[in-house]
Amino acid sequence: MARAHDLPLDRDGSVRFLPWLIALMVYLAALAIGGGAALHDAVRTWDAGLSGTLTVELPRGANGAAVPQERVDAALKQLGEIPGIAQAAQLDGPAETRLLAPWLGQDVDVSALPLPVLIDVQLKPGLALDPDTLAQRLRIVAPGTTVESHGSWLDRLFRIARLVEFGAASVVVLIGLVAVVSVIFATRTGLAIHAPVVELVHLIGASDAYVARQFQWHAFRLALGGGGIGLVMALVSFGALKWTAEEGLLPGETALLPAFHLPLAGWVAVLALPLIMALVGLVTARRTVLRTLGRMP
Amino acid sequence: MRYGAGPEVLHDIELDLEPGGFFFLTGPSGAGKSTLLKLMYLAERPTRGRITLFDRDVAALSRAQLPALRRRIGVVFQDFRLIEHLSALDNVALPLRVAGEGEGRVQDYVVDLLNWVGLADYVHALPRELSGGEQQRLAIARAVISQPSLLIADEPTGNVDDAIALRLLYLFEELNRRGTTVVIATHNQALINRFGHPVLYIDDGRLERRPGGRESA
Repeated sequence: MARAHDLPLDRDGSVRFLPWLIALMVYLAALAIGGGAALHDAVRTWDAGLSGTLTVELPRGANGAAVPQERVDAALKQLGEIPGIAQAAQLDGPAETRLLAPWLGQDVDVSALPLPVLIDVQLKPGLALDPDTLAQRLRIVAPGTTVESHGSWLDRLFRIARLVEFGAASVVVLIGLVAVVSVIFATRTGLAIHAPVVELVHLIGASDAYVARQFQWHAFRLALGGGGIGLVMALVSFGALKWTAEEGLLPGETALLPAFHLPLAGWVAVLALPLIMALVGLVTARRTVLRTLGRMP
Repeated sequence: MRYGAGPEVLHDIELDLEPGGFFFLTGPSGAGKSTLLKLMYLAERPTRGRITLFDRDVAALSRAQLPALRRRIGVVFQDFRLIEHLSALDNVALPLRVAGEGEGRVQDYVVDLLNWVGLADYVHALPRELSGGEQQRLAIARAVISQPSLLIADEPTGNVDDAIALRLLYLFEELNRRGTTVVIATHNQALINRFGHPVLYIDDGRLERRPGGRESA
């Protein structure tokens, strides 16, 4: 078993930057992974919440006149007669207030606003309705009615989410490459600084692998320590993000962002980052030493 | 043997060291003693010619095969080459640890040997806390700890008084009696004469072998 301290690697000023560099890289990678995973989870939540629902909108009159109640009742009656619909209900004042609260606050009087009538439609499980056909049918009793299936904007959201996830994965890969290059640089510097001791242990009979073990465990410890610091920084950031998303920046402010929620796979990936970075450091340092020494006569 | 495009440092050398022999290597400064020693302890490879060590052709050895051969060679460097941040114990233990010896044996061997070379009170001392002579004894302890087949010492008595020098030579002779081939480079003619071992005299890159027990310089 190699002793870790035959080479005075801990005293190298040149590698003191490495833990902090690794800390920053782990922090950025954690944010990228956390952001991507949280977005993925949010989109899935939206999808689950909105699939199987439609929103029917009855517009106000030409001069902003309120929608007549008999027209609303006729539309609800129509909807109730369609076999695929489980439930259709007009959004009442409190529901509209909740919807608009992120933008207008809790105290707004929605009855004073020129809002259309919105009907929330729940479809029977596993069934789908063509929004255009439904809209045409409703326009017979309520002219100007539109039906929103949420599908088109959800598709756009999915595409954006996938793009963001790809961007996050690219950032993580780039961070990994930067980590590898940093460890190679630090290891080569260490080899150059300690060339006399490396030569001595060689003359005493040490193999290249013996020397490599000294560097690889040193890099492992540095990367693990730096990774731990980066992880703590990331967890603090996640906490701040979660608080901001749920509580808002100002007292009494209603959340505008979706709740920050990291799925289990995201937590595993983030928490494993310091160890992954330490293993990257270990393997990179070992290969660097073996390649460098292997070129010697 | 030459360094880069420089002149030949050693040439036309034909030397056969009998296993179990004891040899002094001497000659004027700059004559090529250190280069010859480097070839012996595998720090350099000859630019031409052939070196056979422990029945192995050195030129034919791969890099991966060198460590096993080097572990059979103990070297006392002229400048000691102790590792500054390691204690006396860890410096001496290095060859055993490199060879994968168990830590229990390492501690026992090293403490015994440090006691023998008169450094029992300096087990945990760093090299910079030792005098020149003490550092030299430490370097010798490191070279002999693994009971090498070949011991090469470059001026091992240069920084010690006569009493210590004699004691160190007796240590080398004891090792030699146990089968270690010993090559000692020295300018100390009195020691050479006193012990009467064969002398390898090198001058201007050429080697001459002389029988022991007579003036050789």
